[in-house]
Amino acid sequence: MITHPRTEELARAVAGWIDELRPSLDPRNAFLARVAVNVLGVIQRELTQGPAAEARAVEGMAGVLGHDGDFAELNAELCERIRAGELTVETPGLLAMLTMMAREQVAIDQPNYRPEGTPPP
Amino acid sequence: MTINVAEGLARLAVRLGGEGARLDGAQRLSGGASMETWAFAIDGSNGREALILRHRSAPFDPETARSVSLATEAALIQACGANGALVPPVRHVCDAEDGLGEAYVMVAVEGETLGRKIVSDPRFDAVRGKLARQCGETLVPIHATPPPAGLKLKFSDAEGELDRYEDSYRASGAQRPILELAFQYLRARIPPKVEPILLHGDFRNGNIMFHPEKGVAAVLDWELAHVGDPAEDMGWICTNSWRFGRPDRPVGGFGDYADLLAGYEAAGGKPIELSRVRFWQMLGSLRWGVMCLGMYLSWSSGVTNSVERPMIGRRVSETEADLVVLLEEGL
Repeated sequence: MITHPRTEELARAVAGWIDELRPSLDPRNAFLARVAVNVLGVIQRELTQGPAAEARAVEGMAGVLGHDGDFAELNAELCERIRAGELTVETPGLLAMLTMMAREQVAIDQPNYRPEGTPPP
Repeated sequence: MTINVAEGLARLAVRLGGEGARLDGAQRLSGGASMETWAFAIDGSNGREALILRHRSAPFDPETARSVSLATEAALIQACGANGALVPPVRHVCDAEDGLGEAYVMVAVEGETLGRKIVSDPRFDAVRGKLARQCGETLVPIHATPPPAGLKLKFSDAEGELDRYEDSYRASGAQRPILELAFQYLRARIPPKVEPILLHGDFRNGNIMFHPEKGVAAVLDWELAHVGDPAEDMGWICTNSWRFGRPDRPVGGFGDYADLLAGYEAAGGKPIELSRVRFWQMLGSLRWGVMCLGMYLSWSSGVTNSVERPMIGRRVSETEADLVVLLEEGL
């Protein structure tokens, strides 16, 4: 309903404040404060990247399953059909779609994570 | 009952250091919801002694817990040490007199445990290339230690682990297609059974003390010790979540599979096929994914309230990003 300040900006402001506070904290709380800053980073990225990532996931799942639906429905059906053995690593397009989804989620959760198969820096 | 660790350590200083001995500094190093590690020193008649306290801060139920009691942990360290394994010497197992609850004291071993430092700190550049082989050698005397009688260690094989983690995953209510696919894939590829032996159970970069010149100095964190397939310990140290940003170096982010396997064999270990290690490595990623879900649940159910727990729940996606690559490569 409003244009400014955006929610991700509020999260960024809180993260900045915690960062300022960190040097004054004991080691345990300094560690937890760093975790809290990371949490706020996830929130910012989810707000900015999440909607497009979810739209691509919905499109990808609909392609593999052969029909439309919302994220929760498609995701649940995907899980059921994998569990039932109807969809396997041999299913055309399945692994490519899951790889895309995993990369997009890890880009939100831990953008610096280097997954299996990443070449040396 | 809340235990005041600092007061307990002051009493312990007198008990271990003799009359006139005093506590010289105490610092909590790390701690999860149930376990704390403290570094402390005793200044006594025999000089200064640097020690480590392992202390359980939450009630322990040996029936349901995956981990062993701290007394069992200490007994295992002593048994493996007597068999030639690199372990921190156990200095004292705490009893009622210490007022520290379930706890034991070990001698502080010099070195570094932070995985990221082992992988990227220039101090480890010279020794890094030798570490994978040393890790293979290090496992042999652990795996060759007969489990001490009366410790009631848990047994698990690949099928049992898959059952256990799938139960946890189902109970979480999460719906993660990649974890579903990994369960199906691994179930269809369970390796042939082997004679179960003693395992460390949490053998990974982060739980090993490395010295910048000598390499492996001591294997720490024995709480997940159990009996099972030797390839489990090898696969876990190859799981990408413990490579600290160097997925190109499969063993702990510092070495290659061939060195790990060669070190194990050269030290007298029964040869293990790489495919078996890779199976356990993939199961390791799945295991860590389910464990991350469990840590989130320990927060969402109100058992713990640390901000760390729900954030670890967001590490499930790292295991998914690894699992899809392993599924693509195939076992």
